[in-house]
Amino acid sequence: MLYRTAGQFKTSYKADQALFPVRQDAILLGVILAFAWVIFPFTASEFAFQTMLIPVLIYALAALGLNILTGYAGQLSLGTGAFMGVGAYACYKMVTLFPWMNPVVAILLSGFFSAGVGVAFGIPSLRIKGFYLAIATLAAQFFLTWLFEKWAWLYNYNASGAIQVPNIQMFGIYVTGPQADSIVQYFLVLGIVTVMTLLCINLTRGTLGRTWKATRDMDIAAELIGINLMTSKLTAFAISSYVVGVAGALYVFMWKGAAEPNVFYIQLSFQVLFIAIIGGLGSILGNFLGAILIVGLPVVLNLVPGALGIPISSAMVEHLNTMIIGALIVFFLIVEPHGLARLWALIREKLIIWPFPH
Amino acid sequence: MLRDIFITPFVDMVEAPDFLMQVLWEGLVSGVLYALIALGFVLIFRSSRILNFAQGIMVVFAALTLVGLHAMGLPAWIAVAATLAVMFVLAVTIERVVLRPLVGQPDIILFMATIGITLFLIGLGETIFGGENKVMITGELGIPTGDTVLEPFGGLLILQHLDITVVLVAVALVGALLAFLNYTRMGRAIRALGDDHQAALSVGISLQTIWVLVWFIAGIIALVTGIAWGARAGVSFALEVIAYKALPVLMLGGLESITGAIVGGLMIGVLEKIFEIYWGQPLLGGNTEAWFAFVLALIVLLFRPQGLFGERIIERV
Repeated sequence: MLYRTAGQFKTSYKADQALFPVRQDAILLGVILAFAWVIFPFTASEFAFQTMLIPVLIYALAALGLNILTGYAGQLSLGTGAFMGVGAYACYKMVTLFPWMNPVVAILLSGFFSAGVGVAFGIPSLRIKGFYLAIATLAAQFFLTWLFEKWAWLYNYNASGAIQVPNIQMFGIYVTGPQADSIVQYFLVLGIVTVMTLLCINLTRGTLGRTWKATRDMDIAAELIGINLMTSKLTAFAISSYVVGVAGALYVFMWKGAAEPNVFYIQLSFQVLFIAIIGGLGSILGNFLGAILIVGLPVVLNLVPGALGIPISSAMVEHLNTMIIGALIVFFLIVEPHGLARLWALIREKLIIWPFPH
Repeated sequence: MLRDIFITPFVDMVEAPDFLMQVLWEGLVSGVLYALIALGFVLIFRSSRILNFAQGIMVVFAALTLVGLHAMGLPAWIAVAATLAVMFVLAVTIERVVLRPLVGQPDIILFMATIGITLFLIGLGETIFGGENKVMITGELGIPTGDTVLEPFGGLLILQHLDITVVLVAVALVGALLAFLNYTRMGRAIRALGDDHQAALSVGISLQTIWVLVWFIAGIIALVTGIAWGARAGVSFALEVIAYKALPVLMLGGLESITGAIVGGLMIGVLEKIFEIYWGQPLLGGNTEAWFAFVLALIVLLFRPQGLFGERIIERV
């Protein structure tokens, strides 16, 4: 009843191919954006910013990058963590070498470095497929994190081996480093994520997106109908790594504040992959749903024992969390292998005819 | 610089042959263990097309269970038997709870499911046994701990009895496994399933039984690897990383090939050790073992996309 699409006639191709052909979708998105831009920032506590709002956006962006590569172009990658690291280290080098540089510009530029590295490690994808490629991307993962540890120039030869985000001002307000306010960082992250998501939605709807989907569904067939596989796969690697690199720079500069190489270990790759898969491969919305689930779950689970008054140690809570998250991942895969985005699509179909059965 | 790369290492090798032999031996021992883990992967991959990421955590879990049961007062050998029973229960549970509902899903979903199993087992292991490092019950299992010193070319070569035992046990296990796969009814059923799923089903091979069986075999392999590696480095969750080492072995040898797993394991074990000692430590700051195997496998794959011994990939539209 609320979601009735009857009566919304399209009178031109332009209207038919609009981003949101159904009016209710546009309204729903408007409500979500209003929440994200207006209501959350003015009601959220510091804790909510640091544990939920900022990380959800950053993880969703990283998953979006991975989803372009894995969900749209069909190239399984396990090196996301390292590519995020490339973005973070590139951004750190830029702001320390050129202190006058605008931090947002630095973050957006750092994506180009990870895009370059991504293309270099994407070249084997022209010959290697499936799981072999997935393991090949592990070469990138392990080699790059090793490099983060051993190449002292990357962290400016400081003794701790970690990168420390400096305090940087933009228009007189601190945007990075320990002196920055969460709310400022939140708006910056939200702005970048909103713009990048919009760009990615349109990319995946256009020629490039269709080329990727053809490559994913069967690359030989795609080649036969005239798609250049090299361009298709390498652009997927480049754009995906760009997005992932920006997410990595945001991860360190807007959220963590400092990072050691072990932050970018394979666990991060898996976490992002979980978000993309549980959210739904080949879907943009799914990344956000998956990120809310994977980031939110440990936060909620940590609060449960305290709320119920069960006296168990924090180490035990940690162990139980790992166990529960593992079990839930298996559970979600069994219940809906196509991810939360598919779940939403099913709900939407039901809503369209509700309350009538047919 | 070029001299350091192309000449010095080889001069070092020739000048100190005893040290080279020591390096080769150490590489061989780890290579045997990589091969063992890779075998567990290959068996599961052949029979179900699942890249079982949980193999590494199964190693840790088996070792932890063994040490934990012994700490509860069970005699060593009974603890081994009890651990095997636990691994069997684990195999049945995984088959019933995880694999059966996911039959026919895309490969990546099954792969993700095994990562879910990995997380679950990490959490379970830490909850039951605690996260701290433990000592493997080497003495109680009757594994010798001394060493033999040989003096080839007037040098010094130290062979740990532990390592010798590990190599012998691993060779025996691989031999037993190959015999099982080639000469028993069940073993041949596993191979049939690997060749053609539907044909195997049509001649009455039970998918469920075989899956439990291969996961149980992977559990046995995990226990042996866990004992061997635990005796050398202690039992902790850090052991999980050796599973990552089995992945380049698989790539190098080919995901379906048992020969490939063995040859690939030995090759990677020996080559990464040599590279680390002669090139990695002097020139690159060490710890190159973390990535060398992957890069080597990647280079090999560029020339043979299906690995050295993998089945030729034939694609049709």
